Amino acid sequence: MGKHVLVIEDEPNIVEAIRFILHRDGWRVDTHSDGATALEALRAQRPDVVILDVMLPGRSGFEILRELRSEDGLANLPVLMLTARGQAKDRETAERAGVSRYMTKPFSNAEVLAAVREMAGP
Amino acid sequence: MARDTLIGSRIRERRMLAGLRQADLARRAGISASYLNLIEHNRRRIGGKLLVRIAEALEVEPSLLSEGAEAALLARLREAAAVQPGNRAEVDRAEEFAGRFPGWAELLADARRRIDALEDTVETLTDRLAHDPHLAASLHEVLSTVTAIRSTAAILAGTEELEREWQDRFHRNLDEDSRRLAEGAQALVTYLDSAADARRSLTSPQEEIEAFLAARDFHFPELEAAGGEPDALLDPEALTSEAARQIAARLLRRYAQDARAIPLDLAASVVADHGADPAALAEAAGTDLPCAMRRLAALPSALLPAPAGLAICDGAGALTFRKPLDDFPLPRFGGGCALWPLFEALARPGQPVARDLVQAGGEARPVRAYAVAAPARPAAFDGPPLMEAHMLVVPADREEDRARPPLAVGVTCRICPLEGCAARREPSILAAGF
Repeated sequence: MGKHVLVIEDEPNIVEAIRFILHRDGWRVDTHSDGATALEALRAQRPDVVILDVMLPGRSGFEILRELRSEDGLANLPVLMLTARGQAKDRETAERAGVSRYMTKPFSNAEVLAAVREMAGP
Repeated sequence: MARDTLIGSRIRERRMLAGLRQADLARRAGISASYLNLIEHNRRRIGGKLLVRIAEALEVEPSLLSEGAEAALLARLREAAAVQPGNRAEVDRAEEFAGRFPGWAELLADARRRIDALEDTVETLTDRLAHDPHLAASLHEVLSTVTAIRSTAAILAGTEELEREWQDRFHRNLDEDSRRLAEGAQALVTYLDSAADARRSLTSPQEEIEAFLAARDFHFPELEAAGGEPDALLDPEALTSEAARQIAARLLRRYAQDARAIPLDLAASVVADHGADPAALAEAAGTDLPCAMRRLAALPSALLPAPAGLAICDGAGALTFRKPLDDFPLPRFGGGCALWPLFEALARPGQPVARDLVQAGGEARPVRAYAVAAPARPAAFDGPPLMEAHMLVVPADREEDRARPPLAVGVTCRICPLEGCAARREPSILAAGF
């Protein structure tokens, strides 16, 4: 059984593409598209890696990340953040919130795959 | 009071600039020193041959003494010199320049104003992505779609033995997303186009509003009668940006409200009895002081003994309404003078302040300022009270009306010559040694 990744992203076609490439690479992929309930999904599923979009309906990825870092079981979870805004202050916000990796859209499939593999560890 | 009473002050200023004693100048002009003293203190009218003789003795054009240069123009020239550090403008000779070359001086002042407006626009445009939520959202949409297309296309191009079902699905997604991208790009172009159009005049909304109000002399007969429609007055030729129209609409709606609270004939009769006294008007009309102040500043000049200026600021001290006077210029950009009663009132809401002021530097006549701060809207429990301060400025050059000498204040620090001012926040280019 492969490792488990949770994709929190509201753009269905991006979700589908990511799901496809990770699945082909042997990952178990679950998806979630609502910011407001993302933390509940995380607590319930306990994935090995999270891919988290910044602009989500209901709640921003930054907020989700901050809260997740303050929770016992999730504080060390590897989080790859995706954003369409490459501004320096967004990157700083993400770093302060405790992001593991940060990637700006449009990214390439190979980049995402490499990042997720690396974050999951051996 | 006639303008020519200021001739004396100008003669005095010129004499001191030339380093002459009263006795020297009097002898050269063929009059007694005591008579010159009376002239210099504006106690004797002067004109004709004597003016020409004094001008000759001072080696200046007689017109420089008789007309002087407008304080407002001078303030703008000094502002122009102030914002460009390291320039070699002879700031101490600004009045001479404006007096001798009024056309060039106007041109220079206007050019500076235009530069300020352009710089303002550049700043707005530079920071566009951060401050324009519509643009940020549009770009986000385009980038998201591009991301989906890129990922999907890479899968289609790079996956060997992709099942037919997946192929179909990704082709469908690609088609969908490329359509979305086309629409998004189109919307973005349309938006940028219209935004560029809205800024074609490249003047700031505040400037447009000021020009719009000044062109009407701050008075709108259409709104004096009941049923006047404020929005009908928003001339799109004069108010080219949406921002300017919105601000102007707010001002005009308030004007209509004020006009209902204090009808023109009531205002006229109170002014005839008491002069431009906001307290008397507020009492007669049963309104608050800010309303009476706005009303006095909006009266046609024929009804007032002298035009009334008005400055309104919000709780952050930013000027939201400017009606300058020749004798009390207001800064076009940035903060005013912290000594103004406007800010004194802001610190003590509900307590009216009246003070006699004079612009530091000499050319302007004294003015009386009435100021009061009050909530900008009825207080509520859902947020901090929003305060607003009003300051009405009327000429007050009759010495006998004053209990104390007028307080010297500035326009804004950069062009203010006041020395040792505790309220100074940045050095003046007029200060010695700067």
